[in-house]
Amino acid sequence: MTQVSMTVNGALCEVDVEDRRLLADVLREELGLTGTKLGCSHGVCGSCTVHVDGEPVRSCLRFAVQAEGCAIRTVEGLAGEDGELHPVQAAFWEAHGLQCGFCTPGFLMTAAKLAESGAPIDEDAARDLISGNICRCTGYSSIAQAVVAAARALQAADPAPAP
Amino acid sequence: MKPAPFTYERADSAADAAARLAEDGDAVAVLGGGQSLVPMMNLRLATPSRLLDITRAPDLARIERSNGHLEIGAAVRQAQAEDSPLVAGAVPLLHEALADVAHREIRNAGTIGGSVAHAEAAAEIPTVALTLDAEILARNARGTRTIAARDFFLSYLTTALEPDELLVGLRFPVAGPGSGGAFVELAARKGDYALVGVAAHVVLAGGRIERAALGYLGAGGTPLRAPAAEAALAGVTPTAEAFASAAAQAQDELSPPDDIHASSAYRRRVAGVLTRRALAVAVARARGEDPAKEEM
Repeated sequence: MTQVSMTVNGALCEVDVEDRRLLADVLREELGLTGTKLGCSHGVCGSCTVHVDGEPVRSCLRFAVQAEGCAIRTVEGLAGEDGELHPVQAAFWEAHGLQCGFCTPGFLMTAAKLAESGAPIDEDAARDLISGNICRCTGYSSIAQAVVAAARALQAADPAPAP
Repeated sequence: MKPAPFTYERADSAADAAARLAEDGDAVAVLGGGQSLVPMMNLRLATPSRLLDITRAPDLARIERSNGHLEIGAAVRQAQAEDSPLVAGAVPLLHEALADVAHREIRNAGTIGGSVAHAEAAAEIPTVALTLDAEILARNARGTRTIAARDFFLSYLTTALEPDELLVGLRFPVAGPGSGGAFVELAARKGDYALVGVAAHVVLAGGRIERAALGYLGAGGTPLRAPAAEAALAGVTPTAEAFASAAAQAQDELSPPDDIHASSAYRRRVAGVLTRRALAVAVARARGEDPAKEEM
């Protein structure tokens, strides 16, 4: 067992883990953060996407021991403390960007990074962005539209400085 | 899924990693971003007993330009290289190809050295290394050696690295004046491994092609060059006819694999089309133009 110290959604966490435990499993089973889903467990489906030090990555292709000292953000860290939805979550709700919801946390974490960067995005770019996430029921059109709407909402709330 | 048990260790420098590999290299798997290794471990296709994480070694995570070369440390993340102005300026062909490496979420973790050491024949970075005659820097506890890319990729997922050797970096020649490159691949879906792809690099002098390099991914067990097509391009005036004739020659040189994704004949045909397009773009860029790339 190895002790791992990391911050998860802003809170310091110390967990003892077997070296072979995937970050996704530790988040779900040790820390109770079951929003992160495991679909394929080999990096193909994108359901397990979380942010590590600000960048979206697959938590099924990372061992928890690798996260020593890192800042992890999961889907549970998107909404405000008062429960107010993150603009990406609100846009998925509005645009019918989810149906069964299994893949949604991965899409949200992939999209949140771009939406928060303030970069303008059209539907083509949104499709490009979410190409690493698989959905098997909602359909990609409404998801791509939700991503565009989320980026616009964030820009309107906090316009990026002109280059 | 759970990989088979292993012990995790972290190297704090290249020398430290080499010393750890010297203990029992066969039992150790070097962990970069883990984007190829960890899927294999999750599926138990790989069962190393020790996992050596090199991503926290600062001396393996540098990008440096000196004496006409750009050296990229093995642990540099693909996304970091993709965003690096140094890479875009010195090795534009690599910069272009990086956008085709899987998805950004994978490139945020995957490393330059990891992709080359894994040596997937349909992967972009090994093909660019081969096309540009990059050098691979390998280190063991006794010292460092340089391996030419053409001597590095031996067969499917097999390289010239010895069990006690660590790939510490890649050394690319800096693109000179009058040179241009283009990277084009065809994949079934964005981010998938290419069915087939080509990296073209040309150097123009006095309105003619002084030399050309053509590298292919997905066309065999390793990344491949097309020496006869390259020789046919040397000294000729770059015209659509010259590109078509080189493409036909390259098609003859390649015998791509048949698999469930595409037949050999299909891959060969696409390789020809991509060769023509890549050469046209590479030549235009060598002339300082900014051509539109025809999408596949």
